[in-house]
Amino acid sequence: MTQLALLAATDISKRFGGVQALADVGFTINHGEIYGLIGPNGAGKTSLFNVLTGIYTPDGGEFVFDGEPLSNLKPNDVAARGIARTFQNIRLFANLSALENVMIGRHVRTHAGVWGAISRNAGARAEEAAIHRRAYELLEYVGVAKRANTLAKHLAYGDQRRLEIARALATEPKLLALDEPAAGMNATETASLKSLLAEIRRDGTTILLIEHDMKLVMTVCDRVLVLDYGKKIAEGTASVVQNDPKVIAAYLGGEVSLNLKGAA
Amino acid sequence: MRTLIDVKKNPRLAWAGLAIIVAALLVLPFALAYAGTFWVRITNLAILYCFLALGLNIVVGFAGLLDLGYIAFYAVGAYMYALLASPHFNLHLPFWIILPLGAGLACFFGVLLGAPTLKLRGDYLAIVTLGFGEIIRIFLNNLSQPVNITNGPQGITLIDPFKIGSFSFKQPEIILGLDFSGPVKYYYFFLVALVVAMIINMRLQDSRIGRAWEAIREDEIAARAMGINTRNIKLLAFAMGASFGGFAGGMFSATQGFISPESFVLVESVMVLSMVVLGGMGNIWGVVLGAILLSFVPEILRFTVEPVQRALFGRMLLEPEVIRMLLFGLALVAMMLFRPAGILPSALRKRELEGGKA
Repeated sequence: MTQLALLAATDISKRFGGVQALADVGFTINHGEIYGLIGPNGAGKTSLFNVLTGIYTPDGGEFVFDGEPLSNLKPNDVAARGIARTFQNIRLFANLSALENVMIGRHVRTHAGVWGAISRNAGARAEEAAIHRRAYELLEYVGVAKRANTLAKHLAYGDQRRLEIARALATEPKLLALDEPAAGMNATETASLKSLLAEIRRDGTTILLIEHDMKLVMTVCDRVLVLDYGKKIAEGTASVVQNDPKVIAAYLGGEVSLNLKGAA
Repeated sequence: MRTLIDVKKNPRLAWAGLAIIVAALLVLPFALAYAGTFWVRITNLAILYCFLALGLNIVVGFAGLLDLGYIAFYAVGAYMYALLASPHFNLHLPFWIILPLGAGLACFFGVLLGAPTLKLRGDYLAIVTLGFGEIIRIFLNNLSQPVNITNGPQGITLIDPFKIGSFSFKQPEIILGLDFSGPVKYYYFFLVALVVAMIINMRLQDSRIGRAWEAIREDEIAARAMGINTRNIKLLAFAMGASFGGFAGGMFSATQGFISPESFVLVESVMVLSMVVLGGMGNIWGVVLGAILLSFVPEILRFTVEPVQRALFGRMLLEPEVIRMLLFGLALVAMMLFRPAGILPSALRKRELEGGKA
């Protein structure tokens, strides 16, 4: 099991003043998995993301990623180690084109410095061409290539979400952490997002997915972690989790037996 | 501008256009010398301002970090040159050693300013940088005691001109029947340096580093999440920007032959920032245009305001200096109303302000 685990979290805690955002949360994500993270609003999902990606430092607990601890790393170091994320409230480089956004994602895997930029030597030129090519490929991969030269802020909402995924993929992550990628999407867009996620997984990237769209979570995730008030209340396959009385209680207010299937 | 001189699309026209521009720039100092050597000096100063504006543009235009103390780096470069090439310490190092040294020292000061301000943005950063600029000036003013380093407010005099062997930039001489005065010689040196600086800027902008600067400008948190080491990239912006200032400072020292802390007051920082904003933040051609306009217009006013007033009213009502500030203020207000992105906006700013279409 240990050699399978890409990410192991033990006892992660985070407190903001009087609010215990995360309380001793532990889980493991295996290589090649799509791991869902659900919970009612304010359950601590995004806090967990922020702690994982180094935006917050945890008050306690530790992440072990790919065999090595991720303690006290800055967000850019976390990205360099192979965790890329998207944001719940899309954070693209709004006034840059779609292509430039993805090219910036290549930053962490490329090396040209000031001298390379000024001299434009063979190495720097080759790297620049490769960045351009790869960025375009990724736009094609997520299906935004037609809008490569459109400013990020002028893209349709669904395309912005996809562009954020392309930008994250440009950093060559081992773990892609998506914060509500289907939020605000219509049924068609969600369906194509689902096939994109499957494709990303097939191409070898593990996915951590926060999502409120239960239908998407239940069909695409291998395993699901449920948080409520910063605590882990359930973990397991979709079918196990959705029949867990604690989960039902968290979502619906307890002592009501309803089938979650189909609820959004 | 790129479409104006497009070598790929219309090579003949582009090369012809380029040849005309080069020829015009080569002849310019002689034409100006007709009107008076004074105008050549003004042109040289204008080129130095272009340098400063280009350097500040890296910090403000590319990386989006507001710097109100930029002139401090100019001062550092200028004093570096003055101290190492004047009778003050009786040191007379050659200029090709001091200019890079000055740029290097300014670069170091850039990092010194950048390091404590990494977490600041906008207004807060502006206040700290403003303070930094003043600190440098006040230091220069007071470092005459207990050990006389800067000679205080009296400044440093008799600074060496550029010299290569026996060829001095100060000495007028006749070459090929043309009268090369000191300022004309400096003009050619400055022009070449400016062209190199512009090329460096353009290449930086369109590179991995330039994109990282833009990413920070757009969204720092997203930039970090994408693996950009925002600390290093910001420090790099400060360092690169400052080194342009330092290099220009050395050139300033050499042409003037005299410097004092008076030359590096806050208004100068504001002036350079105005050049960047007026010309078009983030656009290299725009910034250069802004610098040229703002350096020449006051001089033209100086020579026209008085005669015009005398002709109209029979006496002088407003000092040229007053009119200058008045027009300057008006120009900035008009700019903000009609061309908020600058005279030649960067593609980026233009899109940002237009909103609508891509």
